[in-house]
Amino acid sequence: MNYFPDEVLEHVFDFITSHKDRNSVSLVCKSWYKIERYSRQRVFIGNCYSISPERLIARFPGLKSLTLKGKPHFADFNLVPHDWGGFVYPWIEALAKSRIGLEELRLKRMVVSDESLELLSKSFVNFKSLVLVSCEGFTTDGLAAIAANCRFLRELDLQENEVDDHRGHWLSCFPESCTSLISLNFACLRGEVNLGALERLVSRSPNLKSLRLNRAVPLDTLQKLLMRAPQLVDLGIGSYVHDPFSEAYNKLKIAIQRCKSIRSLSGFLEVAPHCMSAIYPICGNLTFLNLSYAPGLHGNKLMKLIQHCRKLQRLWILDCIGDKGLGVVALTCKELQELRVFPSDPFEAGNAAVTEEGLVLVSAGCTKLNSLLYFCQQMTNAALITVAKNCPNFIRFRLCILDPIKPDPVTNQPLDEGFGAIVQSCKGLKRLSLSGLLTDQVFLYIGMYAEQLEMLSIAFAADSDKGMLYVLNGCKKLRKLEIRDCPFGDSALLEDVGKYETMRSLWMSSCEVTLGGCKSVAEKMPTLNVEIIDESEQMEFNLDDKQKVDKMYLYRTLVGHRKDAPEYVWIL
Amino acid sequence: MAFEKDLNLDATELRLGLPGSSDESAKNQTPATLRSNNKRALPEESMSSNATASKNCDQETAPLPKAQVVGWPPIRSYRKNNLQPKKSEGEISGIYVKVSMDGAPYLRKIDLKVFKGYPELLKALEEMFKFKAGEYSEREGYNGSEFVPTYEDKDGDWMLVGDVPWEMFTNSCKKLKIMKGSEARGLGCV
Repeated sequence: MNYFPDEVLEHVFDFITSHKDRNSVSLVCKSWYKIERYSRQRVFIGNCYSISPERLIARFPGLKSLTLKGKPHFADFNLVPHDWGGFVYPWIEALAKSRIGLEELRLKRMVVSDESLELLSKSFVNFKSLVLVSCEGFTTDGLAAIAANCRFLRELDLQENEVDDHRGHWLSCFPESCTSLISLNFACLRGEVNLGALERLVSRSPNLKSLRLNRAVPLDTLQKLLMRAPQLVDLGIGSYVHDPFSEAYNKLKIAIQRCKSIRSLSGFLEVAPHCMSAIYPICGNLTFLNLSYAPGLHGNKLMKLIQHCRKLQRLWILDCIGDKGLGVVALTCKELQELRVFPSDPFEAGNAAVTEEGLVLVSAGCTKLNSLLYFCQQMTNAALITVAKNCPNFIRFRLCILDPIKPDPVTNQPLDEGFGAIVQSCKGLKRLSLSGLLTDQVFLYIGMYAEQLEMLSIAFAADSDKGMLYVLNGCKKLRKLEIRDCPFGDSALLEDVGKYETMRSLWMSSCEVTLGGCKSVAEKMPTLNVEIIDESEQMEFNLDDKQKVDKMYLYRTLVGHRKDAPEYVWIL
Repeated sequence: MAFEKDLNLDATELRLGLPGSSDESAKNQTPATLRSNNKRALPEESMSSNATASKNCDQETAPLPKAQVVGWPPIRSYRKNNLQPKKSEGEISGIYVKVSMDGAPYLRKIDLKVFKGYPELLKALEEMFKFKAGEYSEREGYNGSEFVPTYEDKDGDWMLVGDVPWEMFTNSCKKLKIMKGSEARGLGCV
């Protein structure tokens, strides 16, 4: 290919969009590496500590869009202390100093300060898109800076962030000249917004396709917004509480009927279930429905709603739908690909929770199902075997039995065979989360059959090191392994330390690995950062190698030890 | 976890609640093997570690009490903090939480929904248990008082009443406890 001028190759590379493919392209030869790096606009960094902003900037001078992930996944469940790391400021600072014309920044599980948002808003003239998922550390003041300074902002998407809401007028900070908004999602904010400013903003945003409101936006404002934006494709309703006989409700019905393009519906953060009929006219077109924050919607009202949604591809729901409700889903939603069932009360599973029956029903009715997150009371091997037969196309299969070591309640056996059937049948499985009573056997199956597996989450499982070894030896494509409360120790950890360089990261907490074992890994693999997280001050006083380590997080990196770790993190 | 079970601390605690009304679920007592240290020692719960239970399914050990296992079930904190309590159709039910006080012979229950904010709640608690909480400040907590109002949140942590916005508090408060000032050291009060 050396006889093609660079421009031609560049043009060809334009068609290669997946990160994996572009990375592969860059490895072919020096000249391809060079062409690829100059033409690369989008970069994805799965672990912000694997590389430094300076090296990123040096390699990709044409960078326009950056995606960064910070804390390990188990941080979502309070297993990682708050100030562990994942600060975005150094990245923004470095990018601001460079000549990079950043246009898009997508962050997940990172600490984002108001300072960083302000710096971001002032440093990049063409900045267009900010997406923050599960981040923390900022307030509505930071959002005000983004609104005020990013003149060509198209997207502000805040998903499930912990935001300190100063109830300021951040929405009013969008200048009159800002007419470019395509997507605005502030559902996770708790405070009031200036409703007039919101209405005016929507009025002057003809390209607005996605609007997700927070709880503070009342129904009559919703109706006004819908009248001004009938072109919406994605709607998140904040408050949906009203009197079905009121004028406001009638107006809403009319407004909703005009919105013929809505394909995605979420929110209902406050809901009066007897008023759902206004939504029916748009249900027939929905491909995504997220009712996972609406526990007030259950029983017959919920089922009636679902019955209108024949084209649904993705459904996020609470377990108060019950097995019966899942039966309705199975009958109605023949196009369903993704199902997520969340617990409505995680601490006291009541009658409304779902069991293996609901899952079996869905698997029988929705044969296109390929992605599952299912919190349930119980599961049986027989059910899992049936599900595996019905749905061989699973890419993501995450099962969470609320009692994490519960066996099959019918046979009292561990769930090894059930999960074994899943991995054997679903040849394309990339992500798996296990729960229930599990022995080493399930890991034997995973190692044998889960050839495409990239991410595995294990809790309260296995009997011995063999479990972990089966997985490390068998799953060639494994990238992320996270383990808690399993009897895996040093011999499993140390069996093949080279493997960890082929993975993004390994998390082990409340297992049997010792300080000595972790030190050994660190010694043998200088390209890994091995972090010990221990808040109990044990580490300060007792550096015995035989001591068990509470939490270990190791990850490959090109830039050595990070400098921003707090005192209770030891990098070996 | 095993340590606590042997001492059966709950049974000897001087509280008047219904029998069997503690956090352990009364449902489905299928025997299950207790995993080795599913939780590291925290100040309140001193557990001995390393009871690597054998893998025998017939062992008579209770299922793990869900509320005490950190990070289980694996749900994002955001979701836990933002899920509104279920409301029965057409009407808004109250948020009833137990209130205990050190030294008091029995517990009370109050409906958090009837209060508009912290001052009203504190006044009601003071009247109910005949104590004075003192002045609340962000830095020092409740200054100048023998008793301090605390609560257990959805994560199982004990927190000082008053630190978070009222709505966040009512959504995440599982139970209240009026602690003696001396015990409440470490929650930021004198």
